[in-house]
Amino acid sequence: MHHRLIAGLALSLAALPAIAQDKTLTVYAPDYFASEWGPGPAIKQAFEARCGCTLHYQTGDLLPRLLLEGERTEADVAIGFDSTEIKKARETGLFAPHGVDTAALTLPIDWDDEVFLPFDWSYLAFVYDNEALEDVPGSFAELVAAPDDLRIAIQDPRSSVSGLSLVLWAEEVFGDEAEAKWTELAPKITTVTPGWSEAYGLFTEGEVDMVLSYTTSPAYHAIAETDDTVSAAIFDEGHYMTIELAAQLKGTDDADLAQQFMDFVVSPDFQSLIPTSNWSYPAALPEAEWPEGFRELDMPEKAIWLPEDEADALRAPAIEAWRQGMSR
Amino acid sequence: MGAAPSAQWRGDNPTRWAGGLAAGLVLALTLGTLGAVAWRAGFALGLGPADLSAIWFTTWQAALSAALSVALAVPVARALARRRFPGRGALVTLLGAPFILPVIVAVIGLIGVFGRGGILNDALALVGLGPVSVYGWHGVVLAHVFFNLPLAVRLILQGWLSIPAERFRLAASLGAPVGRLLEWPMLRAVAPGAFAVIFLICLTSFAVALTLGGGPRATTVELAIYQAVRFEFDLGRAAVLAMVQFGLCAAAALMVRAAGAPDALGAGLDRVVERFEPGGRRRDAMVVALAALFLMAPLAMIVARGAPGLLDLPAGLWGAALRSIAVALGATALTLVMALALALRGGALARLAMLLPLAASSLVMGTGLFVLLYPVVAPRDAALVVTGLVNATMALPFAARVLVPALAQAEAAYGRLATSLGLVGWARLRWLILPRLRRPLGFAAGLTAALSMGDLGVIALFAGDGEATLPLLMVRLMSAYRMEQAAGVALVLLALSLALFWIFDRGGRVDAAS
Amino acid sequence: MLRLEGLEIRQGDFELRADWALPDGAVCAVMGPSGGGKSTLLAVIAGFLAPTSGRVSWNGHDLTALPPARRPISILFQDNNLFPHLTVERNLALGLDPRGRLDAGSRQRIAEVLDRVGLAGMGARKPAALSGGQQSRAALARALLMDRALVLLDEPFAALGPGLRMEMLDLAREVLSGEGRTLLMVSHAPEDAARIASHIILVHDGVAAAPEAAGPLLADPPQALRSYLGR
Repeated sequence: MHHRLIAGLALSLAALPAIAQDKTLTVYAPDYFASEWGPGPAIKQAFEARCGCTLHYQTGDLLPRLLLEGERTEADVAIGFDSTEIKKARETGLFAPHGVDTAALTLPIDWDDEVFLPFDWSYLAFVYDNEALEDVPGSFAELVAAPDDLRIAIQDPRSSVSGLSLVLWAEEVFGDEAEAKWTELAPKITTVTPGWSEAYGLFTEGEVDMVLSYTTSPAYHAIAETDDTVSAAIFDEGHYMTIELAAQLKGTDDADLAQQFMDFVVSPDFQSLIPTSNWSYPAALPEAEWPEGFRELDMPEKAIWLPEDEADALRAPAIEAWRQGMSR
Repeated sequence: MGAAPSAQWRGDNPTRWAGGLAAGLVLALTLGTLGAVAWRAGFALGLGPADLSAIWFTTWQAALSAALSVALAVPVARALARRRFPGRGALVTLLGAPFILPVIVAVIGLIGVFGRGGILNDALALVGLGPVSVYGWHGVVLAHVFFNLPLAVRLILQGWLSIPAERFRLAASLGAPVGRLLEWPMLRAVAPGAFAVIFLICLTSFAVALTLGGGPRATTVELAIYQAVRFEFDLGRAAVLAMVQFGLCAAAALMVRAAGAPDALGAGLDRVVERFEPGGRRRDAMVVALAALFLMAPLAMIVARGAPGLLDLPAGLWGAALRSIAVALGATALTLVMALALALRGGALARLAMLLPLAASSLVMGTGLFVLLYPVVAPRDAALVVTGLVNATMALPFAARVLVPALAQAEAAYGRLATSLGLVGWARLRWLILPRLRRPLGFAAGLTAALSMGDLGVIALFAGDGEATLPLLMVRLMSAYRMEQAAGVALVLLALSLALFWIFDRGGRVDAAS
Repeated sequence: MLRLEGLEIRQGDFELRADWALPDGAVCAVMGPSGGGKSTLLAVIAGFLAPTSGRVSWNGHDLTALPPARRPISILFQDNNLFPHLTVERNLALGLDPRGRLDAGSRQRIAEVLDRVGLAGMGARKPAALSGGQQSRAALARALLMDRALVLLDEPFAALGPGLRMEMLDLAREVLSGEGRTLLMVSHAPEDAARIASHIILVHDGVAAAPEAAGPLLADPPQALRSYLGR
């Protein structure tokens, strides 16, 4: 009697993980995305409600981890690639086409990539306190020419995506003069931080007047803190775009579920969660449906965007121009 | 005749075996992980101009930081050595705080004091002086002096206390100059070693340089490794840079040996040197006060900045705190066992194992562990264990330096007695060594636990289901714009680190019969 | 019988030779100028120091390769004869069993020897709670408990005052010698030797001379001893 009971118990225990495995989607995501202050938890809840499965995040550096794991990775979907990373990500050959109709996208540029699917985006911008800073530069050139007592914090292009996008932006705006412009800008750059959050912390502490961030940053302060004193300086030359992307793995053990998630990414349910949790523009939601506070944001006239091959070719010279120019 | 008991009679084969195992583990975790990364990537030989300038900056900032730490420590140690005042013991303990302060937390305090809106510039503005900037190479050096001045003071204070009181009395009775006769030779013996140890520490520190460095000129080798691993995914370059770092540290380690480094990082500096020399009281008071101000003001700023955030701590805080404490305790246990095993074993292999982690990059260690473990274990399952393992290894050099001299002392005093009674192996450990080493073990445990609490470690590669440790929670809050809450968490992290240190250090002292 | 055969110890400039036997039951004082090698001689006999050549034997068994604890020897050092972190009882228990086991039988035996050295009821104290004389008694008690045939005293009472030192020497002879035990003690004071020693070994000029009967030797000291004694 006892034996049969125990055997039965053991059998059902053995069966449990197998059932759960069938219905589990493993999503690799950056730490900020999956944390309780990011969009992750709400997205998990919304997706689980429609798929009847379990969505399971694994957080950390996306690309280094996928590169190390290779084809044996447990990931079904990876979300949170930066647009500057996708060339390297594509070269791994780990990803399958996203299979989503990109006509639904509302980006300011055309997007026809078949593998990497945008889920949100923003413009790089210098953010400032509109009650403290008086002469706000109206262009990148004006920023460079601003008096030397202006204090700016930026991010290192060798360790952060926003820093890298910045040097590409400068390269696009100034071309061959970029290095000289960095030399001119150098006295105003108080410090260069490894990542975005350290620099932004210096800004909120009042250590710097301007910080390299995004045009969507003021929305956080306006909505979450009802503080309207933070603005983004809009430059005439246009603003470099940052796009965040998702992709599904070729080696997924449940292609249907992964595809279901990719479809979910561009759905209004997902997209409407993005602005007030990831503090960026949704990639597939008309502006009219953006939450209050986002529609009112200052928008650049012109988007600057480099296709991945061009950006990749420019990466090393742009960083070197920055390093040389800043070291002078 | 002080002939040493012949090692063969100590009969400690089990401890030799344990020491060999510990040394093997350390070698695997330092050189082995580097080998794994290199094997995975293939060596990409050749360093660019950016790398060369990073190597150059790393070397000279470390030299300058170490020189300044030691130079400033001399008057502080001298004043502490010869003055007795209320609260001296507490001050000596508190002065040690920056050394165990999580870097991510310390930067908040340093900017609070030396930043543009910091109290230093406020004070300067009051007397009509222009603002000074903390950002740049001098910011890096300032931070390194902040972290390592306490260590330098400890090492040099030990030197002072090692001069027997009778010599001061003799010098005084002869009217001989104490400075030239006693203090200068002691400093000549102790200072180069202190310099070398701090130089080594500054060679591999990078998180500080990141925010206070001011720009690409202040790039260190460790930062370059960080960039290669996490951003450029260029493991070959990371491996080469890690080799360079080992090379730099090997050179520094040879320097340490040549200088005859004090291998001590001792506990219990309560004694006051008796001196028969009048005067200097006011100067000593001033020196101690200035040092205390320099080291304590940033701590006060962390409290000030963090206090508002305490009202609004995130829900996950206590879970993260428990996880951090669990990792710290695990790392502490492992470090103590390894340090003790290495100290008992002695010899060249053990000395190498005690030194190597100083030169290792935790990122390379983490990546190498990933490469080695991935075929066997799911990374998310190994996250906390790997973090503990890496933290334990990184703290090993400090713990070992606490235990080695204490062990030598215990053996010198009671080794023959133990041997004559036949105390070998575990019996010797139980009846002689562990009880005699209680205080240094407590001190080493506190040091390790506190160092481990603040480490972000290898979490970026191994993090699992979003189970955060405290430093990771801080990073998450910061990347979600919640700077005030992050400062609150920083304060909790500071308090817990200091509390862990205090509890362990205290535990070693309570009821420890001399 | 303790026998040193062609024993030679060399350490740098230092050199010491010995080649003799000591009769069982002797109470033998080792005398000679400081730095002459008295303590070194005891360290070699006890096994803390390997001789350069020659051998140490006991009743014909070669001890030279044995660790200290496996020789039929107990030794009292100049200082640190008790572990300060352990109680007197525990200190003594380690003399019975290095694993430190304490059962009813060993407790009983420890109580008995403590009683014999005048420390009845003090087993629970730590050494710091004892006077210098009491600490010496506790160390003697352990030697008694270990019950080894040869007891080496490397000036364990040197730090005590003259009166107390005499008392301890008397106690040592009283409780330790007898039952065939041999005592070998380093001594600086001729009065100590005169008081309790049956034999004297003179360590001088790189040689530990063969033991000689104490009475005649002290009555008519040879040149070397005379100059050491200052007569």
